[in-house]
Amino acid sequence: MKNCIFTVLALLFCTHWAAAQDDLLSLLGEEERTEYVTASFKTNRVINLHSLESTSKGVLDLKISHRFGFLSGGAYELFGLDNAMIRIGFDYGITDQLTVGIGRSSFEKTFDGFAKYKFLRQSTGKRNVPISLALLGTTAIKSQRWQDPNRENYFSSRLYYTVQLIAGRKFSEGLSLQVSPTLVHRNLVATQAEANDVYALGFAGRVKLTKRLAINAEYIYVLPDQLGPDYLNSFSIGFDIETGGHVFQLHFTNSTSMIEKGYIAETVGDWLDGDIHFGFNVSRVFTVAKKK
Amino acid sequence: MKNVFLAVALIAFAATGLQAQKYFTREGSISFFSDAPLEKIEAHNGQATSVIDFESGKMEIAVLIKAFQFEKALMEEHFNENYMESSKYPKALFKGQIADLKGVDLEKEGTYPVKVIGSMTIHGVTNELEVPAELTIDKEGVLTGNTNFELVLADYEIAIPSVVKDNIAKTVKVTANFNFQEFKKGS
Repeated sequence: MKNCIFTVLALLFCTHWAAAQDDLLSLLGEEERTEYVTASFKTNRVINLHSLESTSKGVLDLKISHRFGFLSGGAYELFGLDNAMIRIGFDYGITDQLTVGIGRSSFEKTFDGFAKYKFLRQSTGKRNVPISLALLGTTAIKSQRWQDPNRENYFSSRLYYTVQLIAGRKFSEGLSLQVSPTLVHRNLVATQAEANDVYALGFAGRVKLTKRLAINAEYIYVLPDQLGPDYLNSFSIGFDIETGGHVFQLHFTNSTSMIEKGYIAETVGDWLDGDIHFGFNVSRVFTVAKKK
Repeated sequence: MKNVFLAVALIAFAATGLQAQKYFTREGSISFFSDAPLEKIEAHNGQATSVIDFESGKMEIAVLIKAFQFEKALMEEHFNENYMESSKYPKALFKGQIADLKGVDLEKEGTYPVKVIGSMTIHGVTNELEVPAELTIDKEGVLTGNTNFELVLADYEIAIPSVVKDNIAKTVKVTANFNFQEFKKGS
């Protein structure tokens, strides 16, 4: 009995001693901390859709985006390259979680503005949160001249609003997925058959191929019986190429417009007919206010 | 039976005695500087942990890579994503020995130059490292450690693509400044 107790104690002591000798740092114990998941997407857009990423605090992100004409235009139109729609925009990070932005699209001469607040951040460690959530609000003002200047036109008819919840998760270094329930409100629609409020569900994902190259894809499902028969769901696929301060996004999409009310509710291109735009977004970030 | 307990008690006491010879910090400050033709990059980390055992002369340092803070958010993202792959290799670790610890008198105010020899693991790659350091004991008996040395990025398989070769130096300067506390049980 005596020997037994002694052996056990000796063993216990030895293990303790050995552990202390092998790994001094283990004396301090592991401090539990919260680690926020970063870089789920290369930039704050997937292609047309907003990604769950925010622009960092004090950073200005200049975005220049093009959508060329339809590939189905053939050699005469140089497969769409003879035409281009452009949007120039500026996004700015007010805090690491609040981003605001403005833009101007040549398509229908539209001005747009947005605010995006990432109110839940995916994290591991002390605070374990499986997903990120962000809320996006956008407004668009169509400034194109009235089609019929003789009738009574209201300024409010130029306005469009979008509210969107973005829920996403970085599953691994290589895979991020998100889903975006969306409501687009149009003050004026073309016909009575079309809904002023359009409900849609966006799906988007990224597969990272190398450190600086990723494939993105997005699909926006518009719930049935809301749009006219000519409108189709938006589908886009493309690459993100990162080079230091720039992110180049090169993609194919059937949407002409680059803002929510357009690519969600006014997409007319049919992938099967070759109504596909080649396009790119170039993002260049400038650190305006330095972190301290 | 009595003897056994006595022996255990003695050994336990001896062990406590040993632990009094240990010093630690959880708030060690580590910075690095990259001085390249096009860009100067600087990052700070105030959360390095370290333990020195004065009995054996062993010392260890652990640094969480994600805790490095940069002036620009994008630098921090690229540092973690593209260069250090911090999700895969979350920590840098140093395990080594202070070579000439015998000359250091913890009771006496003064500055003692020492040599630290050991193995440094960064980005999953381990290299032998020998650097000069300085241990200082101030009037109140507080122990601080300082060092600065250079690391060659290629030694740790941190690849710099040619497009940014003028933005990131091949060798970075590292400075560390640790204020140690005596380690007591429960610290």
